[in-house]
Amino acid sequence: MAEATIVRVNSLAAVSRDSANPPRASLAVLPDAAKLVFRGRPPSVGAAAEAFGVELPQTANRFSEAGPRKAYWLGPDEWLLEAIGQDSSELFSAMAERLASHSCSLVDVSHRSDSMEIRGPMSEYVLNHGCPLDLSERAFPIGMCTRTILGKSPIILSRTEREVFHLDVWRSFSPYVWLLLDDARREFLDDESARSPT
Amino acid sequence: MRYRLPAGGRIDRDKPMSFHFDGKKYSGFAGDTLASALIANGVHLVGRSFKYHRPRGIMSAGADEPNALVGVGNEESRYTPNLRATQVELYDGLVAESQNRWPSLSLDFSGANDLFSRFLPAGFYYKTFMWPASAWKKLYEPMIRRAAGLGRAPDAADADRYTQVYGHCDVLVVGAGPAGLAAALAAARSGVRVFVCDEQDQMGGSLLSEREATIDGQAAADWLEQTIQELKSRTNVVLLPRTTAFGWYPHNFLGLCERVTDHLGPAITKQPRERMWQVRAREVVLATGAIERPMVFPGNDRPGIMMAEAARTYANRYGALPGTRAVVFTACDGAYRAALELKSAGIEITAIADVRSNPNGRWIERARAAGIDVRPSTVVTGTYGRLHISHVDVARISGGSAGHPETFACDLLLMLAGFTPSVHLFSQSRGKLVYDEDLKAYLPGESVERERSVGGCRGVFDLSTSLADGFAGGLSAAKAAGGTVAAEHKFSVFAQSLGRDGFVGAPPSGGGSRRTRAWVDFQNDVTAKDIELATREGFRSIEHVKRYTTTGMATDQGKTSNMNALGIVSQTLALPVSKVGLTTFRPPYTPTTFGAFAGQSRGELFDPVRKTSIHEWARENGAVFEDVSLWKRAHYFPRPGEDIHAAVRRECKATRESVGIFDASTLGKIEVVGKDAAEFMNRMYTNAWTKLEPGRLRYGVMLREDGFIMDDGVVGRMSPDRFHVTTTTGGATRVLALMEDYLQTEWSDLDVWLTSTTEQWAVIAVQGPNARKVLEPLVQGIDISQQAMPHMSVQEGRICGVPTRLFRVSFTGELGFEVNVPMGYGRGVWEAICAAGREFGITPYGTETMHVLRAEKGYIIVGQETDGTVTPDDVGLAWAIGKTKKDFVGKRSLARPAMSRSDRKQLVGLLTVDPKIVLEEGAQVVADPSEPVPMTMIGHVTSSYWSAALDRSIALALVQGGRARIGSRLSVPMPSGPVTVEVVQPIFYDPEGKRLDG
Amino acid sequence: MLLIKCPFCGPRPELEFSYGGQAHIARPKDPASLDDEAWAEYLYIRSNSKGLHAERWRHIHGCARFFNVQRNTVSDAIVSTYKIGEEPPKPVEPGLEERSSRSGAAL
Repeated sequence: MAEATIVRVNSLAAVSRDSANPPRASLAVLPDAAKLVFRGRPPSVGAAAEAFGVELPQTANRFSEAGPRKAYWLGPDEWLLEAIGQDSSELFSAMAERLASHSCSLVDVSHRSDSMEIRGPMSEYVLNHGCPLDLSERAFPIGMCTRTILGKSPIILSRTEREVFHLDVWRSFSPYVWLLLDDARREFLDDESARSPT
Repeated sequence: MRYRLPAGGRIDRDKPMSFHFDGKKYSGFAGDTLASALIANGVHLVGRSFKYHRPRGIMSAGADEPNALVGVGNEESRYTPNLRATQVELYDGLVAESQNRWPSLSLDFSGANDLFSRFLPAGFYYKTFMWPASAWKKLYEPMIRRAAGLGRAPDAADADRYTQVYGHCDVLVVGAGPAGLAAALAAARSGVRVFVCDEQDQMGGSLLSEREATIDGQAAADWLEQTIQELKSRTNVVLLPRTTAFGWYPHNFLGLCERVTDHLGPAITKQPRERMWQVRAREVVLATGAIERPMVFPGNDRPGIMMAEAARTYANRYGALPGTRAVVFTACDGAYRAALELKSAGIEITAIADVRSNPNGRWIERARAAGIDVRPSTVVTGTYGRLHISHVDVARISGGSAGHPETFACDLLLMLAGFTPSVHLFSQSRGKLVYDEDLKAYLPGESVERERSVGGCRGVFDLSTSLADGFAGGLSAAKAAGGTVAAEHKFSVFAQSLGRDGFVGAPPSGGGSRRTRAWVDFQNDVTAKDIELATREGFRSIEHVKRYTTTGMATDQGKTSNMNALGIVSQTLALPVSKVGLTTFRPPYTPTTFGAFAGQSRGELFDPVRKTSIHEWARENGAVFEDVSLWKRAHYFPRPGEDIHAAVRRECKATRESVGIFDASTLGKIEVVGKDAAEFMNRMYTNAWTKLEPGRLRYGVMLREDGFIMDDGVVGRMSPDRFHVTTTTGGATRVLALMEDYLQTEWSDLDVWLTSTTEQWAVIAVQGPNARKVLEPLVQGIDISQQAMPHMSVQEGRICGVPTRLFRVSFTGELGFEVNVPMGYGRGVWEAICAAGREFGITPYGTETMHVLRAEKGYIIVGQETDGTVTPDDVGLAWAIGKTKKDFVGKRSLARPAMSRSDRKQLVGLLTVDPKIVLEEGAQVVADPSEPVPMTMIGHVTSSYWSAALDRSIALALVQGGRARIGSRLSVPMPSGPVTVEVVQPIFYDPEGKRLDG
Repeated sequence: MLLIKCPFCGPRPELEFSYGGQAHIARPKDPASLDDEAWAEYLYIRSNSKGLHAERWRHIHGCARFFNVQRNTVSDAIVSTYKIGEEPPKPVEPGLEERSSRSGAAL
């Protein structure tokens, strides 16, 4: 059988193909990653961190990272664990084994969402077309992450650099999110009349 | 140009611009509004009034304009009706037209309404169009529709783009007149994030037409320039000109509409036409200023009658003279300033009629010194001129009534009764207004939100006090927002005070108010006598007077009329104004486009269009889609020449006879994990889960606490502590929310956690007698033989090299599998299965065929057979209730007496006696069709299809006491006559379930 | 749009929340022991108060937690928010909830 021929299709592949990319708010599709949702009570949280190799933040709305791995706080008993370039089945099995003695939940959600990045000085402004949060560095510093909404879509938003945000979006919503941001940044294709309101 | 001053003002005489108004070409300059350009061309007649079609002219110079409403735009797709000419910035090539007139502005046939005006009093519509009822549809409604409404809605789709952006700041300053700018300076210097918005193209408010005053030793214009430069240079300040704060919503959330490109004309730009800012501000400074109040006197609506300050603005800011010879009618000092400055600009001031008996002070002295004829205790009692004012009657008041009039010739009548503070936003913030008897104005009382009003909008009118008030407000806002408060600043201002006098209501006017018409609400054509009539007819609440007379209900929401209407009610009822009350201010402050409210939510961005990873394959293979919540689902796959019926028959037949393939990826999925997972499932579902072995599936039913079915789905036990739960497509979010609710708020002691996996898994249903043969060669590490994998079991392994949770399950009654694979592999696996199934004629089917196949088996669909009032027993699912369970959500409610009555509606099958008739879903079921209408309805059809397998129609229905009626005949009344049906068991095909094993 | 202080995430816009009805209505421990009237009371009867109201909200597009809010239904002022299982803060003195809306908007 043609086992090796089934390739993963990214939900943003089609929609990202034709986008013009103004540098003041450029969009990019992020590579596929293994993604697990870990949920559990305190004793198991430490074990999960050890098994994953990254601290699971105890502070609300923060992510921690080590190399290609990130742990996002999503709720007081919920973390999204992300490992770029890793096979999710392997990661799942390895962690499940080390958590076997704990009462907790580990679920593979690698295909649930795809991720994109927005980069540039107008990132905050473009994201605020639909995201109601205060995205200034004071209110949303580097290292912050949160579930929120963008227009009519739920997203997980995180700030990795001063002018860089990552968005993790459920597959069926991701083209909408891309198109909404693409529409919002259209004004920067027109440099003469573009303005910097913030 | 006779009406354009040779120099001065803020227009750019080096940039002439041509424009068209009602087809005629004119010219103006950059910096003009449409109104100022028309005035500079001597054009005052710009519209017809709403009800009487009276000729009307430009009355104001701002957002308060009631008369000069125009339609702007050359192309239908960019046409905007009802714009105030006073706010339309001129651009080269602008095309505008007047409204509410036919065939032309100067000859309008509906002007006849004016002749019959005494037959069109307040409440005319309520009183007249009462009967006969039959006249409504044919006569009254078309007539009213033709006559009613302002402007003309464009009939082409809006070609422009609109955006919406959320903004956050520490201090939002609304209004950039002197008080607002001072507040902005103070806040900006305190280092906090400041937004400043102003509805005009230039910031400055009253300073834009100031000639005389100086601030800190500079001419007002120079101070303004310097202040704006300072604000612009600060990185913590965002300046938003052309931006109207139109609404205040709870917790310091304000809606701002920025007009981005209208002033550019149809220039090619990537900018949106309008940008709606939704701003959350820690602190708000309202510096919205004040609006001029007209005088109420007979014939006060002719073209050429204008607010005094507006005339001053036209002369000073735009270099446009609104006339050559003016009479002034006023009750306050402001009009004297206007008269003096207009006189120096070249307008002859014939006389100032002042209601006050003894006007005095510096402005009056200056007017007299300039040789102006100042007449105390004097009113205007009438005006003349068909399309433009030509004469006015002026008379002295004595003993409370006007004496014999004296007539003056003029082409301009200036009026000013005083200033009405713009408290709209404060009122919208739910702050209480307090009436100031002295100022005759409502002023902001105690704040409810984190807000303060400064300057004119709280009755502080003089430039020096206004600047100081603004600066103090800015400092206090910055402090409250946590800023480092900047140094105090004391403004040194030279400007003459305008005092605090004013008049509210209608001054005496000779001839008696019943015969003459003095306009209060110009846009809705409401006169003083209309308001008096309303009070005579018993309307005492201002809210009732408003609705009965429609005063204040036009698009200007009574900006110029509300206070005078109040004054007249107060005069008529002999009550103080403060006792009459005030109508409620509501958003928007000025009309705001639907485009701005819709923002980007148009076309493909109207809603997220959720697609599965198999969607594109379906599209490429000719699927017709249907919307199921936000999802697009393949409805059916027509082949060339097939309609839905033919396609569905073929899809059904192929699935029953060989094998069909169906995309079920939209099913909701929840992973329930933890050592208490089975206990949790026991509590959430009616079924018992404890004994379900890992590797087995069970159909689960979930109730709401009220005992009615909420959702259903197949649940797989993957391991002792892990369940793979499926829900309906539309119910996924609801079910997860309900589960989390119980878990977080009632059973937080349970060790169980939920994770949505709806989008993790693509679900490919492979159904039909050949299903196993198709899948067998594709799976690895899974034995899918009948012995190893019986009906309602699940195995994990791989298919086509990718991980799968393979369900042996059937929603068709045939041997069936549901292949769960990670979503990104969905299309690849689907295509591999299609390739493997080709030799069996594998047929993709859509939701319609799925519905038919399950209905043949009597499987319910939640939301189709259920409607939120249906118990498990009602639809024959009593078997799914765990009898030994002590409790589960909804169990106690099932024990209520009403839930077990024998006449509850129960699910039955219906077979039409004529097998060719397919019943309508939703049709009512009756026992006796000979009963007179309305018949006793005992049930309704929930599902109805043509069954290819049975070669006849089938239907499911909920019928009172339905199970006891099996074998009897009922009737379904239809427009073409009653359809006789036989009540049968709700299962039509393979009742023994032999086909499940192929 | 209300600004609601999630006990876990801090002040967030109302768009991120879903409403959950009146708070402090505990599911009876043993529903079978309730007579029909008592059960109907639990199911259907709510206070619909004018003024201070304890209600449930869920930060569904955030940390996803349910929590409780004391809100003035007249002014929309939010007086306090607290986690599930915590006692509501002391009833606010009459009149205080009106003014406290100013703090309701604190970012």
